[in-house]
Amino acid sequence: MSLLPAFPLLTQLLFLLPITAGLFGVLLPSLGYLPDLGGNQFNFDIFRQLFEHPALPHAVWLTLFSGISATLISLFLAILLAAMLSRESVSGNKNSRMSGLFVIVRRGLIPLIAVPHAAMALGLAFLVAPSGWIVRWFSFLLMGWETPPELVTVQDPFGLSLIFGLVLKETPYLLLMILAALPQIRAQEYIRIGQSLGYGNFRSWLKLVLPQVYPLIRLPVFAVLAFSLSVVDVALILGPTTPPTLSVLILRWIDNPDLSFRFLASAGAVLLLLLTLGALLCWRVSEWLLLQKWRNWLSNGKRGNGNEAQKLAALSGLLLLGTAFLSVLGLALWSLSLRWPYPHVLPQRWTSRNWERHWSSLQETAFTTLELGIFAVVIALILVVGCLENEQWRRVSFSFRSQWLLYLPLLIPQATFLLGIQILAVRLEMDGTFLLLVWSHLLFVLPYIFLTLADPWRNLDERFPRIGQCLGASPLWVLFRIKLPLLLKPLLVAAAVGFAVSVAQYLPTLFAGGGRFATLTTEAVSYAAGADRRVIGVYGFLQALFPWIALLLALTIPRWRFRNRAALL
Amino acid sequence: MLKLENISLKIAANPLFSKLNLEVDAGQVTTVMGPSGCGKSSLLAHLCGTLPSVFQTSGKIILHARTLNNLAPHERKLGILFQDDLLFPHLSVGENLAFALPEKIKQQERRAKVEQALEEIELSGMCERDPASLSGGQRARVALMRTLLAQPEALLLDEPFSKLDQELRGRFRKLVFAHAVKNQLPTLLVTHDPADAKAAGGAILEL
Repeated sequence: MSLLPAFPLLTQLLFLLPITAGLFGVLLPSLGYLPDLGGNQFNFDIFRQLFEHPALPHAVWLTLFSGISATLISLFLAILLAAMLSRESVSGNKNSRMSGLFVIVRRGLIPLIAVPHAAMALGLAFLVAPSGWIVRWFSFLLMGWETPPELVTVQDPFGLSLIFGLVLKETPYLLLMILAALPQIRAQEYIRIGQSLGYGNFRSWLKLVLPQVYPLIRLPVFAVLAFSLSVVDVALILGPTTPPTLSVLILRWIDNPDLSFRFLASAGAVLLLLLTLGALLCWRVSEWLLLQKWRNWLSNGKRGNGNEAQKLAALSGLLLLGTAFLSVLGLALWSLSLRWPYPHVLPQRWTSRNWERHWSSLQETAFTTLELGIFAVVIALILVVGCLENEQWRRVSFSFRSQWLLYLPLLIPQATFLLGIQILAVRLEMDGTFLLLVWSHLLFVLPYIFLTLADPWRNLDERFPRIGQCLGASPLWVLFRIKLPLLLKPLLVAAAVGFAVSVAQYLPTLFAGGGRFATLTTEAVSYAAGADRRVIGVYGFLQALFPWIALLLALTIPRWRFRNRAALL
Repeated sequence: MLKLENISLKIAANPLFSKLNLEVDAGQVTTVMGPSGCGKSSLLAHLCGTLPSVFQTSGKIILHARTLNNLAPHERKLGILFQDDLLFPHLSVGENLAFALPEKIKQQERRAKVEQALEEIELSGMCERDPASLSGGQRARVALMRTLLAQPEALLLDEPFSKLDQELRGRFRKLVFAHAVKNQLPTLLVTHDPADAKAAGGAILEL
């Protein structure tokens, strides 16, 4: 009991220490100070060098364009889909076919969110490539295209495929955030009021629910914006190359054998941070301006039912789900194909050889991935449960300074503070240690575990632990014998979510691991540059499979454990 | 006139009630009473068209010669008041009322109508206020006005008095019934409080 206050303190420290250190770690070299590489003076020379770099203006433009568009489109689609999914069915149900669609979209969401960004991007790259699956279906139908059409559909210069790849992952995430926030604002009841006042379902949602739900999902939206601006793995696979986005440019400078490029990389990372902060600020200001402009629209009495919008939502939802699942399926087929030349829709010859040939290295990377994920998840779970217990026993509200601290690693560009951490770690001779690697994963795993677990934990009927105590059980006994078993399902789901987040990490593994640890993600991304789709298929599919297995276990274990406990199923 | 013909509600083969017949004349208040779980609120949800599709329903709902069964919820012109006032927390008091006004009423007239409605419930000058800053009784009155401004053709009351304290309850009841009469609205009240039924003064139906 007396140890409880240590948990929030320790968690805050674990968060703030690397982030602050990481920020200083890039700020100093960007101003010319890095004694190890002979930089002893503070000056702005490196920024001058950065701004004179020929690739920079275009890279900045691309970063902002792709990041902001991806966020806008994802948010738009998520709102449209949420409005459609949360609509109450009309009695006598004329639209039962539509309802069926909604069920599919809702069920398909969770496995979609679990697929790592890199796997989705790899799958999408095959799906939309000029010699890819979609083109093959049509050439199969039309017998027209003997050779792949000469179109640049992947790594196009405008970053459109990059935007598509991001939208594919961010829309389900934002949608889930909206759906999770709806019960808090009693959305269903407000929609009923709206309907009784003559507003169609969709209009009611836009005018009554959206203005209330948006403040609740602002942080996730900001996280999506920050992520889209600084993403590396998806940009490596789907983004343009000459020049690439800023984050990829930074990565190239770091990889440059000439170590003095690290100064330039640091300055680039600082610029990326400033761009992200600027974009977040602009977004917030635009929100405010839009509200001023639309305030009157809320109560102007315009009714109407928005059928077109619902159709658009249903269509985009299906398109999104379909694309995502075909992407993963494509990876699976490639991993099992011996020969799959254009324009065949299916592999001509099947084989297990791709898996056998990579078996030993697969085993090793899979084990590292698993080990890393389990360590990060277990540590995060202990910390989160400690924080939540502290909150309940000591009756203090949220132990994080609001939710901001929790979101901090998701709002600061990864490339920025991870680079700083790496530079410092080299100095402290900590780089490439397993400890640092787990720690870097923890920064991203812990927030998601906290967000998944906090609500079920706080909503558990507090009379259960109280009864336990009155029966003479100590707080620790109550925790292990009453609370943890009752919360087994949310605990396992939170663990699976955390594991999925860990599996998906690319940059933390690369930077904090000092290139010494190969996970499924780093391998998949590094093979992406090569042309052998069979190897990409093997690594990409296994990468997508890992979180799915975790999720499946999280859903089936409680069912088996509580098979004779109807109230807990 | 609101007319229910042979209304039956079933959920997973368990009938909640069957063959319910009811006629409510304009300005009359009919009360449906019964213990919790008997399907009172489900009946109102069915009338509004917002009953989840797991329920099986039969029978006809007729309002002024229109059959409502196949209309979308927003086309039915049924005003409803719930236990909670459910004022929209993101809008001001005035905007809450304006939300209900028909689209064809524009700008100046909209404002005037809102002011007039506020005057009617003794809340003049409260237009810009945050609904959260009003007292429970004031909020209930705004909710009533909001329902009426949408010009409904019938009024449904889902235990709207049960959360108010004793004294407020009597006054608010009177206000609601007075407006039902004034607007000549057929009114269906669902409650488990016999005092509500007595005050309504109309027919009483036990479920």
